[in-house]
Amino acid sequence: MTSLPVVIIKPSKGWVSLKLGELWEYRELLYFLTWRDIKVRYKQTVLGVAWAVIQPFFSMVVFSLFFGHLAKIPSDGIPYPLFSYAALLPWNYFAQSLHQASNSLIGSSNLISKVYFPRLLIPISGVLSGVIDFAVAFTVLMGMMIYYSVWPTPRILLLPFFLLLALITALGTGTWLSALNVEYRDVRYVVPFLTQFWMFATPVVYPSSLLSEPWRTLYGLNPMVGVVEGFRWVLLGANPPGALLVVSIWVSILLLVSGAYYFRRIEKRFADII
Amino acid sequence: MGRIAICAERLGKQYRIDTYRAPYATLRESLIRAVQAPLRFLQRKGYPVDRTIWALKGVSFEVQRGEVVGIIGRNGAGKSTLLKILSRITEPTEGYAEIHGRVGSLLEVGTGFHPELTGRENIYLNGAILGMRKAEIDRKFDEIVAFAELEKFLDTPVKYYSSGMYVRLAFSVAAYLEPEILLVDEVLAVGDAGFQKKCLGKMGEVAKEGRTVLFVSHNMAAVEALCNRACWIKEGRLVDSGVVSVIIRRYLEDLSVLRSIPLRDRLDRQGRGHVVLTDYGLMDNQGRKVEFAISGQELNIVLSYETKDSVPLDDMVFGIGIFTLYGQHLIQCNNQLTGTEFNGLGRSGRVRCKIPRLPLTPGVFNLNFILRRKGEIEDWIQDAGQLTVEAGDFFGTGRLPPPSHGGLLVDQEWGIV
Repeated sequence: MTSLPVVIIKPSKGWVSLKLGELWEYRELLYFLTWRDIKVRYKQTVLGVAWAVIQPFFSMVVFSLFFGHLAKIPSDGIPYPLFSYAALLPWNYFAQSLHQASNSLIGSSNLISKVYFPRLLIPISGVLSGVIDFAVAFTVLMGMMIYYSVWPTPRILLLPFFLLLALITALGTGTWLSALNVEYRDVRYVVPFLTQFWMFATPVVYPSSLLSEPWRTLYGLNPMVGVVEGFRWVLLGANPPGALLVVSIWVSILLLVSGAYYFRRIEKRFADII
Repeated sequence: MGRIAICAERLGKQYRIDTYRAPYATLRESLIRAVQAPLRFLQRKGYPVDRTIWALKGVSFEVQRGEVVGIIGRNGAGKSTLLKILSRITEPTEGYAEIHGRVGSLLEVGTGFHPELTGRENIYLNGAILGMRKAEIDRKFDEIVAFAELEKFLDTPVKYYSSGMYVRLAFSVAAYLEPEILLVDEVLAVGDAGFQKKCLGKMGEVAKEGRTVLFVSHNMAAVEALCNRACWIKEGRLVDSGVVSVIIRRYLEDLSVLRSIPLRDRLDRQGRGHVVLTDYGLMDNQGRKVEFAISGQELNIVLSYETKDSVPLDDMVFGIGIFTLYGQHLIQCNNQLTGTEFNGLGRSGRVRCKIPRLPLTPGVFNLNFILRRKGEIEDWIQDAGQLTVEAGDFFGTGRLPPPSHGGLLVDQEWGIV
């Protein structure tokens, strides 16, 4: 007779392990949850995929008009539309993933109260499903780069790394907010406000070169600064992010690890209060 | 390698009572509370005693591999809490349990079904949620579809399915789960009779294959048919376990004791409680109080209510459910169904439900009462009363079906065509 897996059930106390092995075991469920999010999103909307483009594109048009054309905000010598779109691309991915992830647990309350699986899968699938929208919006950037005759360099190979940095930041913040959202339902009202505030704290409409050192490095405490500067660097040949990137990477990892531990700590109460 | 599949020791689950009422706090309230009582916030050792209840307390049992165990008990006794603990949906507050083998839990059919997705897509999604691997679903896909009898509608979004189709699809996915231990909660209470029978058959097969099943149900007939052992949970405690027929008999005896308590004194009631039911009685067509009813004769069920609220009471709906002792819901009477409105009722009073020709065969039936005002449940008592039916001449021929064919009687006319 083959040996059967043994599950021990008992009350847990304090900080608990992340159980990463179990997450890996449930990777197929993660795939299906992500796939469901993507399918449903595109099925429920009339314009479908077009939404992924409309939002960043029109933001770019408005920003170019007001900040680039009227306010004459510097853009490090890069055409302003390209300058802002290259930042809006990761920013929109981040903002949307954060929104998805922080509401994900509430939206899956029927799953949480009826089936067991590692709950961390829910916010993770929330940030993964946004990658498709990102990819769609990215094609527009390609078109714009051709239009402005800006040719990519081999540095573009680093792009996935910066996308991953945005993903980790979104997931880290998302696990914090989603877990808080289960316990305190008014967190959901904080998220849009936080996102808006965060955007202006990120060099989306202006360059970080407006700051001098050491402030510029400190600016990296907002990990999205590293992401946006990185995108402009690898795509448009702007100045490399430098030391602030190191700060951004550490902050994003800290966010993710602390978020995941906090999430696991209060996870056991989800089914009772959701 | 032992033969034990599940071993539970002194499992207990404590809930905060205020989480029943307001399931979540707001950040603002928590901050205010933290400011008002900083010490209590820091200590946070347990909750004040009066604000918690034990949904489950000191439950210990063992289940051998291959056993099919029924868990019986009234609503709110803690059966579902036990299943939720064993399926790891919620953590116990105390105690310990060990489970040997892969666990599949079916606490509801169609968990995670998405209305926008097609039948095909939902089979994969639901399968994955229940713990199947993709390769496993691929392999069983055709069987699942055949079992559900939905080949033609595979590529239709399930939001266009009838509720029957929906349930069939959902159960079919669940039926092909192959864990060593299956935890099942009430899922057989759905679907049409034919499909229910098919599901019962499928569950029986599962049991014969030597897998372990824990089955929670109100339907004693299903429990008796499927299980060889039963555990009876009452008010959070395991009061008895053993041979299924014996435990069911004891449980039913306990219910009949409960039914003999006057309505006014019953504590196990749910609802707002501003208006309460205080008594019930049976009357014949002359308005005389009777102890039992007769098949085919007029029966009046009279409900008395009382309130301390301001009167008059408007939009009152009284409901009477008639069940077999085994928990099968046979008849629901309700003044909303007949279009009778009860408005402007006084501080206390009585309403009557008249059944002109009682369509029940001789036997004892279980009554549930529910009272709603403006759509909100005021009072709801299960196993509230008993209805004894004596033989009567329903068809006017002096004949009744034999007791073994018992249940409901309907008017019928036969002829040659």
